[in-house]
Formats: sequence, C-alpha cells, structure tokens
Amino acid sequence: MELLPDLKLHHPRSVEDAVSLHAAASSGRYLAGGSDLLVNIRRGIEQPESLVYLNNIAEMQAITEATGQISIGGAVTLRELAESAPVRQHFAAVAQAAGEVAGPSHREYGTLGGNLCLDTRCVFYNQSEWWRSANAYCLKNRGEICHVAPGGKKCFAAFSGDVAPALLLFDAEVELAGPDGRRRLALADLYRNDGMDHLTLGQGELLVAVHMAKPSEAVHSAYAKSRVRGSIDFPLAGVAVRIAVSDGKISDLQVGLTGVSPLPFLVRKLDKFIGRAADDACLEELRDAVRGQAKAMKTTFTPPHYRRRVAGALAQKLAASFF
Amino acid sequence: MKTVLSLTVNGVAHDDVIPDNMLLVDYLREKTGLTGTKIGCDGGECGACTVLIDDRPRHACLTLAATCQDSRIETVDGLSRDSRLTALQRGFNEKLGAQCGFCTPGMIMASEALLRRNPDPSEADIRDALAANICRCTGYVKIIEAVQFAAQELASGELAS
Ligand SMILES: Cc1cc2nc3c(=O)[nH]c(=O)nc-3n(C[C@H](O)[C@H](O)[C@H](O)COP(=O)(O)OP(=O)(O)OC[C@H]3O[C@@H](n4cnc5c(N)ncnc54)[C@H](O)[C@@H]3O)c2cc1C
Ligand code: SF4
Repeated sequence: MELLPDLKLHHPRSVEDAVSLHAAASSGRYLAGGSDLLVNIRRGIEQPESLVYLNNIAEMQAITEATGQISIGGAVTLRELAESAPVRQHFAAVAQAAGEVAGPSHREYGTLGGNLCLDTRCVFYNQSEWWRSANAYCLKNRGEICHVAPGGKKCFAAFSGDVAPALLLFDAEVELAGPDGRRRLALADLYRNDGMDHLTLGQGELLVAVHMAKPSEAVHSAYAKSRVRGSIDFPLAGVAVRIAVSDGKISDLQVGLTGVSPLPFLVRKLDKFIGRAADDACLEELRDAVRGQAKAMKTTFTPPHYRRRVAGALAQKLAASFF
Repeated sequence: MKTVLSLTVNGVAHDDVIPDNMLLVDYLREKTGLTGTKIGCDGGECGACTVLIDDRPRHACLTLAATCQDSRIETVDGLSRDSRLTALQRGFNEKLGAQCGFCTPGMIMASEALLRRNPDPSEADIRDALAANICRCTGYVKIIEAVQFAAQELASGELAS
C-alpha cells in the first residue's frame, strides 16, 4: 500500500467551476466516488497533484425525465441508478448492470460517470507497486513490454465497467463539458480500442450526463455477467441484450459486451436475425456470433477461451428468457 | 494542502484541520483515536473499514476525509450504550459470528445499515447486504445467524442501538 501523494482537493459546486479548476491544475484528475481512482492512486499507478471532486454538483446528481427521454447525471450513484423506477421500467438492462457492479457498499458511492470512465484492467496492471516493480512493470504503466502479448506494442487491458454495454443498447449519448464548452457524443464514440488510452475525452473534459430515448414498450432488455465470486467482482465477460419478439419472430436485437476487450461494444451483424423465428437454432447461432466477436485476451487469471464461451452462453440465456 | 473538516463521529462534533490526502479510515483511527474501524486490504476489496456515512455503508479506506464535510459518521466504536451491547453485537457474540474478529467491525456496520433499512431481512437480503464484506474464518453461516438473531431480538422489542 502506497501513501497518497500530497494533493489539493477542490470542491466545485458547478460543472463550469469544476472544468476551470481542472484546467488550472498541472496534473489534476476528476474524483467521483473514488472506488477506482483512489485504488489506483494507493497502488502508485497514478500520482495526481490535485483532485476535482464532482459529487457536490447538483446538476450531475439528478435523474430527469422528459417526454420519451431520460437524462442521468454523471454523479448519480450506482445504487440510485439500480433503484430508479423509470430506469428499471424502460431500461431494465441498465438498472440490472448498475446493481451488479462490485458490492453494495461500492454502489453507495461509485457513480455512473466513474463507471463509464473506469480505467481498463489487466492482471499485470491492477497490482501493488512492489508487485509491478518486481515484474518490470508493463507497457501501460512505466514498463517496456506487454506481458499479455510480449511481441507487440499494443495494450489489451480490458474495459470492465458493467453499465456501458447496457447503455449502448439504447444508443445513449453522453454530454461532456470541457474548456471549450459542452458537446454531445454517442457513448460508443467515447471509447477506442486501446487499453492504454481507451477514452476519447478531450483534455480536461468531464462527463456531465447520459441521455437516452425510451424504447417502445415491446423492447425488453437484461444484463448478466460472469465473475469469479458471485458476490463482488469485475466481469470476466458482461453481456447486455435488447430484444423484441412479435408473432414468434425477432423484430429487434442488440447485444452489448464488456470485459472482453479494451472497449465496450455492440456485437456487429445481428441484422440477420431480424425476422427470424425465435427458436433454438436461432439462439445457438446468436451464441456463436457473440462468441466469435468476444476476443478476450489473457488479462485475467481465467483463461480467454472461457470468457469467450461464457459471453456467448450468457447472450443465449438472456435472449432465451424473452422467447 | 489542508481542509478544516467539521463532522460528527458517533454523535460527537469534531472540527479538525486535516490534510486533503487523508483517508477517512486514517482520520478515524489516528485523529479521533477510534481504532474499531480496520484496514484489511489496499482499497475496497475486503470491507473491514465499512462505516456508516449518513446511514449508508461505505468504505472508509476509499473515502477522502475532506469529502465528508458536515456528514454524520458512525463506527463500530459508537454502537454500545452504557456498557450494553446492541442486538447485533450480542448476535455476533451469541452465534459465534466472530472468530479472529478482524472483519467484524465492517460486518457489524454493514448489517447495522441493513437492519435500519429492512428490520426483517430474509437470508438472501442478508447475503446481499454483506456481499462486499469478506471473512476468512467463519464461512459466513455464523455471521448470517448473528444478523438473524439481532433481527429477531429487535422484533421482540429489544433496543437496537
Ligand atoms: C473491489 C472492487 C470491485 C469492483 N467491481 C466492479 C465491477 O464488478 N464492475 C464495475 O463496473 N466496476 C467495479 N469496480 C470499480 C468501481 O467501483 C465502479 O466502476 C464505480 O462505478 C467507479 O465509479 P467512481 O465514482 O467510484 O469512480 P472514480 O474512482 O471516482 O473515477 C474513476 C475514473 O473515472 C474518472 N471520472 C469519474 N467521474 C467522471 C466524470 N463525471 N467525468 C469524467 N471522468 C470521470 C476519474 O477521473 C477516474 O479516472 C470495483 C471496485 C472495487 C474496489
Ligand atoms: S495488456 Fe499488456 S500492456 Fe496492457 S496492462 Fe496488461 S500487461 Fe500491461
């Protein structure tokens, strides 16, 4: 365990103040619940000189509904998200994913923004300072080689936030604020396939809120994850499914994945299932399609082939529950 | 950098000048001298440091003390009154819910939060509420029995805390 570096903690009351305090600091980070960032700081992975605390900003703490729309503030806690009535009603997978993050005490202070901006994870990276130093560190932090793929120059650390794949099902947009003002971005475009630099956030940008349109009543969704301990663990593979079945035929289908690559993503080429009979053959094909795109690397103690297979199996199981 | 922190710990008001990088668990143990709250891991894994912040269970090891301005903190040290244990503490004693005892303060505070929200929890409710608290001795069965014992005592009219 490392001591926290000497740092200045700022307590802004507005998004604009948070952005300017961040801009004024030489090496500042946004701090929400701290359940990811403070662990990394304590492990010597990050040593910021200042932290800009986001949980006193009223604008970021609200869940608001307008006709057909919902907006969820970046500092809404995972417990609030999991318990929110409109989220449970229209975006079941999102509420379920939030309720599956870590353990109940983490969900009391871990936030949506922190979950979406979570650092990527790898068994060679999420370790104490002495562990990493004994292993000559790695590409992602201070080292020269990647222990997962030693020949290459790429980091495969996996994005492991549970909520992002569920939000992707609903074409969520994120509202960002930075030194140049505010902008909106498709959540899918917040991420890139690079374990060392997986967020496309600009310098000093923060996530103010997530916006989504409510889907039709016919759409169902659910989230499930595989993890080593059922009580508390990051996903080895996390799967969110959105589906509608009418007259025995699939009329809407999306699958979001997390934990299997440096970014959360929607499984591609699922159009071929639209109009198909919702039967066992279709479920097996869906399982194989998901498995084929879940290209997990050796970033956990659990081997990649298990994570690939379990991703397919979870998608099959979730879809079957709506047939 | 420093902050003037005003909060209550177990009902007692404190005003302290603290460094911004001080974790709540270090504040509790070193500034207020309340060593009931334990540090068991390098951050958020074990739950031994669970305290109540405004009635909600949270990890004191992943909370900067300076973010707790005007909060109401409760730790295991503050539960018993006039040398009388609370129903939960008696439960852990009667049902052998503690072996080495290191996780017990966190277990008790997470259970305390549960019983305040839900005085009649099912076994599944108890398992859910204690999912972030790890014990390496008991195998959890005795801990669950301890919480059930407390819930029964409370239902039969005993004082909580
Ligand atoms: C034991 C343990 C188990 C865990 N298990 C899981 C799990 O199963 N699934 C899971 O998804 N997570 C898990 N987590 C990680 C974490 O608890 C959650 O992901 C949580 O949602 C992080 O939110 P936070 O508010 O605590 O983030 P913080 O730690 O405050 O921040 C995380 C990162 O996001 C940035 N950030 C925070 N808010 C914003 C914002 N609004 N705009 C821009 N950047 C921002 C911070 O600068 C930091 O880089 C676990 C953590 C622990 C300690
Ligand atoms: S994938 Fe390679 S570079 Fe990335 S964290 Fe793991 S070991 Fe380090």
